[in-house]
Amino acid sequence: MNIVVCVKYVPDATADRSFDSSDSTVDREGVDGLLSELDEYAVEQALLAAEDGDGEVTVLTVGPADAADAVRKALQMGADKGVHVEDDDIAGSDAVATSLILAKALGTLEYDLVFFGMSSTDGTMGVVPTMVAERLGLPAVTYGSEITVDGSTVTVRRDGDVATETITATAPAVVSVTDQSGEPRYPSFKGIMAAKKKPVEDLTLSDLGIDASEVGLGAAWTKVLSFAPRPPRSAGEIVTDEGDGGTKLAEFLASKKFV
Amino acid sequence: MSEIFVLVDHVDGTVRKTTGELLTLARRLGTPSAVFIGSGADSAQAYLAKFGAEKVYVLDAPELTEYLVAPKAEALAELVSSKQPGAVLISSSAEGKEIAGRLAIKTESGLITDAVDVRAGGDGVETTQSVFAGNFTVEATVTKGTPIVAVKPNSAAPEESPAAGALEPVSVTISDAAKTAKITDSKPRAATGRPELTEAAIVVSGGRGTGGDFSQVEAFADSLGAAVGASRAAVDSGWYPHSFQVGQTGKTVSPQLYVANGISGAIQHRAGMQTSKTIVAVNKDEEAPIFELVDFGVVGDLKEVLPQATDEVNKRKG
Ligand SMILES: Cc1cc2nc3c(=O)[nH]c(=O)nc-3n(C[C@H](O)[C@H](O)[C@H](O)COP(=O)(O)OP(=O)(O)OC[C@H]3O[C@@H](n4cnc5c(N)ncnc54)[C@H](O)[C@@H]3O)c2cc1C
Ligand SMILES: Cc1cc2nc3c(=O)[nH]c(=O)nc-3n(C[C@H](O)[C@H](O)[C@H](O)COP(=O)(O)OP(=O)(O)OC[C@H]3O[C@@H](n4cnc5c(N)ncnc54)[C@H](O)[C@@H]3O)c2cc1C
Repeated sequence: MNIVVCVKYVPDATADRSFDSSDSTVDREGVDGLLSELDEYAVEQALLAAEDGDGEVTVLTVGPADAADAVRKALQMGADKGVHVEDDDIAGSDAVATSLILAKALGTLEYDLVFFGMSSTDGTMGVVPTMVAERLGLPAVTYGSEITVDGSTVTVRRDGDVATETITATAPAVVSVTDQSGEPRYPSFKGIMAAKKKPVEDLTLSDLGIDASEVGLGAAWTKVLSFAPRPPRSAGEIVTDEGDGGTKLAEFLASKKFV
Repeated sequence: MSEIFVLVDHVDGTVRKTTGELLTLARRLGTPSAVFIGSGADSAQAYLAKFGAEKVYVLDAPELTEYLVAPKAEALAELVSSKQPGAVLISSSAEGKEIAGRLAIKTESGLITDAVDVRAGGDGVETTQSVFAGNFTVEATVTKGTPIVAVKPNSAAPEESPAAGALEPVSVTISDAAKTAKITDSKPRAATGRPELTEAAIVVSGGRGTGGDFSQVEAFADSLGAAVGASRAAVDSGWYPHSFQVGQTGKTVSPQLYVANGISGAIQHRAGMQTSKTIVAVNKDEEAPIFELVDFGVVGDLKEVLPQATDEVNKRKG
């Protein structure tokens, strides 16, 4: 079974993320980037699914030069090879364009399953997996909290809003994975050393037959009009419990008409 | 005025409150038409008419619910192509966003997800999103195709505006290509008797600080008629089901009142609750980051504070 895992390089969510005021895109200069934590779960599930076969796990990213870090991290975890699509013209792409690039890149690879995270930690749209499936005409089993691969059948448990569902599809298929699916492994020392020798293929838009006018900020089908930091919340009242904390809490709620 | 589609969010004809919110927002853009997919349109009709749906398109076929979202997106895309609405509003749930994503590709339209406001602006449909864990507000617009906007729950107060709500059945044929991810089993979640988390006016949450015992959190929630939420630490410890998790990988809530108990206030938790109108926390650590957000905070042990607060609230209710 050959598996491709799509991973995104994102600004660290625990740092002060912001926007570039010149073009309203994410400021990638001011904040360190990393492999989206939610995509580690997809890498983990891909590695588990590939474990007892003779297939390969390929990690695929679309992103700037530094996104090579995200690929390297996945290789350290155990993926076999990497593909990095990098091109200045990609900057500022919306979800529609990102899904186009991923779909075209997948067209150059051999796979039975394509794994995704449930959403990125920066854009957090959670739409790219289904968009890629739509473009490639593949079944999509999404938001899997438990993933089972048996021969060419993939089954996921999905904890939906109103029900827990079991969903199955036949490979080739797209699978997206939640953070309930099982803790991702840490790269071992051996894994870190081995990753240095693993191949990473760099691709540009022209390698994929995509015209620069189809992607990037200029081609986006959505446009940011303005952005602003949320006004800071005004400092609240803080009391220390001296045996009357609960009463004070109830009094506050009553004063705000919640009781 | 152009026709604005609102995809109805329902369970077997019982319409969820988000649909009333979407119909209310749609009226700012044009004349709302509800799109009802699945069975039970008859029981939904009165609600949809009450909140302003002039028409209710009914798309019903077994395939629409036997498979994951692809058939719904296909049927909706056909209707969008034939009616050419001015915009499509969908609730920003996991399923809603997936339908929206597929619809965007099929109809070659721009997509905005997780909007917290929608209005008619100089550039067409304008939206507000709350991004980076609620730390930034972004205004955006769609520049291509039919604007597709997925709107978060609690983004508007549903306002009644009676309209015809005329049912209009639409015939659907689903391609084999859309029938590939089959739902083989579905276990409805047991009802808790409490309000639905994303719709509730008040949410009372518990974290690792509960030590695994949610009884005080639940009792306090019940005194206020609130929904119960949980941090990921509490969920990961197996203390509360995942469907109650608030945060980046759980639910986003935006209630009138959010009460965080024994929750430190990590960025990923804030992402799910930072836009709540009033925020209250009980935490024994006065340095806990959650206190940066609060309107009112109690530094103390929730095991002491919550039972006392519950008694006091119940007393005041008489
Ligand atoms: C704050 C913010 C708001 C935005 N709002 C919008 C909007 O409303 N509409 C819009 O069209 N665009 C929007 N964008 C742009 C959009 O986020 C990017 O285009 C992004 O490439 C795709 O969306 P996502 O990051 O939300 O991915 P998601 O759909 O959340 O990603 C799901 C999964 O897809 C895979 N994936 C995503 N991106 C890549 C990649 N580059 N390489 C490899 N795998 C990947 C990963 O497995 C990931 O876990 C926004 C961006 C930001 C930062
Ligand atoms: C990719 C990713 C996604 C995530 N998604 C989410 C998400 O969706 N939701 C989420 O919540 N988290 C999420 N997290 C986890 C998040 O980073 C935190 O680990 C989590 O929110 C911590 O939960 P907590 O506040 O309950 O626990 P802790 O951080 O351990 O805090 C417990 C708090 O309880 C207080 N306390 C202890 N005992 C008492 C007592 N008796 N009385 C009063 N106070 C007490 C302590 O002072 C402390 O402040 C995510 C993390 C990652 C990396």
